[in-house]
Amino acid sequence: MRAIVADSLHLVTRRLRPTLRQPVYLGFTLGTPVIWLFLFGQLFKGITALPGFPSGSYLSFLVPGIVIMTAMLNSGWAGTSYVMDMERGVLDRLLVTPTRRVAIVAGDLGNQAVMTVVQSLIIIGLGLLAGARFPGGALATLALLAAAVLIAAAFAALSIAVALLVRKQESIIAIFNFLGLPLSFLSSTLLPTEFMPHWIQDISRWNPISWGVTVGRQMLATHVDWSIAVSHLAYLLILAVVLVALCSLAFRSYQRLA
Amino acid sequence: MDTSMSDAIEAHGLEKSYRGGVKALRGVSFSVRKGTIFSLLGPNGAGKSTTLRILTTLSSPDAGEARVAGLDVVRQQAQVRLAIGYVSQKSAVDLAATGYENLALQGQLYGMRKADIQTRADELLDRFGLSGVHRRITQTYSGGMLRKLDVAMGLMHRPDVLFLDEPTTGLDPESRQAMWREIRRLGREEGLTVLLTTHYLDEADFLAERIAIVDQGRVAVEGTPDDLKRELKGDTVRVELVRPVSADTLRMVATELPALRELRCDGKTLRARVDSGERALPALLARLDACGATVAAATVARPSLDDVYLHHTGRVYLSQEEASPKCVRS
Ligand SMILES: Nc1ncnc2c1ncn2[C@@H]1O[C@H](COP(=O)(O)OP(=O)(O)OP(=O)(O)O)[C@@H](O)[C@H]1O
Ligand SMILES: [Mg+2]
Repeated sequence: MRAIVADSLHLVTRRLRPTLRQPVYLGFTLGTPVIWLFLFGQLFKGITALPGFPSGSYLSFLVPGIVIMTAMLNSGWAGTSYVMDMERGVLDRLLVTPTRRVAIVAGDLGNQAVMTVVQSLIIIGLGLLAGARFPGGALATLALLAAAVLIAAAFAALSIAVALLVRKQESIIAIFNFLGLPLSFLSSTLLPTEFMPHWIQDISRWNPISWGVTVGRQMLATHVDWSIAVSHLAYLLILAVVLVALCSLAFRSYQRLA
Repeated sequence: MDTSMSDAIEAHGLEKSYRGGVKALRGVSFSVRKGTIFSLLGPNGAGKSTTLRILTTLSSPDAGEARVAGLDVVRQQAQVRLAIGYVSQKSAVDLAATGYENLALQGQLYGMRKADIQTRADELLDRFGLSGVHRRITQTYSGGMLRKLDVAMGLMHRPDVLFLDEPTTGLDPESRQAMWREIRRLGREEGLTVLLTTHYLDEADFLAERIAIVDQGRVAVEGTPDDLKRELKGDTVRVELVRPVSADTLRMVATELPALRELRCDGKTLRARVDSGERALPALLARLDACGATVAAATVARPSLDDVYLHHTGRVYLSQEEASPKCVRS
């Protein structure tokens, strides 16, 4: 067990190193979400006037949504570096060491977790600078970070499983381009659930992105409803565990075909 | 001494088919004595890499069994992995990391201590002439530098058995010599067991104590380079022509001079095996002259590993790339 943790940490370091050497790249991954934050922030500003909108500015409302969306969109690319490792023979090299496969996956999920926390903090910080306010406080913010990390872990695991099964960059890019936007828009990212048509409400309820956003929106409440936050974090945890398990099955199939 | 105890690698009847129906191995068997260098030699697609991938736990055989360092490669994968080092045919370096970081990660994953990682990495960098570049991102390395780093990474944790899949492909002659020296030293002085695959006959001849020629998923023949050469009795005659001759001419020569065995032509080179070179060569030259073929040079020699290869695979060994079947009768 100690070896698994130690190996995972070494492998997280391996993945983080390029970003640490060239922090600008982190900026590129943040470009789109920041544009969305301010674009949608302007576009839907008036919506707060509608009856039934939760108190506070639309920007404050939007920040947790953009945090979760960014976590999902960026972690979906995790599989592409796997395909690169496979093509370069680096994955085989890892597989002949005594390292367990779970440590290899944990290394990537750890990397995604660190990146997601940094990106989330930057988005929240920019939101605060632009006037967003979060009466829920530090604990609710931590809950949002936890939700973002679980979303990242789940989607990274899915992306890695796809990488191991299909072994092609194009397939991963196609699948996550196909999933990304619908998952974002058919969720409570941009609008309160009550403002959506019924059929979207139904989809949204089962959409993991909504689960994450629901946790995050607790930041807006003066009195945080911890039962909602904790139950939705639990759903996300279950999802992440299931997808990591799928990942280890995919690993088995990868080696069987080797 | 029990022989199986002194074998570092034993393969028995390994078979493997890939999806799509390619039968890569059709019963590969051989064994490698502890502390020796053994070479698998064979044309493209013979099954050399597949054999190595099975012995290193990366792939599993459909049938047959194998032991490495006394451990079953299917049932005792974890222990096998601790005992072996593997350098794949493709370079497998993390291009986003420096040379040193690549070595260090390797050491960490084998649970080596920090101080040991440092000493061992410095030692290997020095040995492979990479000391000057170890702080550079490997993206900037030349192909030869990457290959050396690959081998160094395979040695990082001081394995007992080292698998090298075409270690010198892509190296310039000088680096190749240097790599040969290092590999020989590993085997002869440090007691490592080395299994290497190669396309280069001279490489196998120079490095390996024993050779197995692999062809179409089987071991065609196995032995020491000298044994293999001795097995081919008689001499090899080789005639260099000014212009290639037609297949008809060749067929005629073959019928008229039955003393020539395994007569083959490859471009402008004609070769055959004979019992006595002194007796066969004049007749052959006279015959060629009568056909109007101009001879540039002719030699008689003891069989080389080249001839052994030719004899067992039915192929003329060309450069490292193409080994294609050529002419006439055996
Ligand atoms: N992953 C794979 N899927 C399908 N077929 C494969 C795979 N790997 C190898 N093969 C096929 O199996 C056969 C043996 O391949 P292998 O790589 O073991 O040969 P080799 O002796 O190493 O050749 P080379 O000298 O070209 O490296 C070839 O016909 C090859 O095309
Ligand atoms: Mg090969």
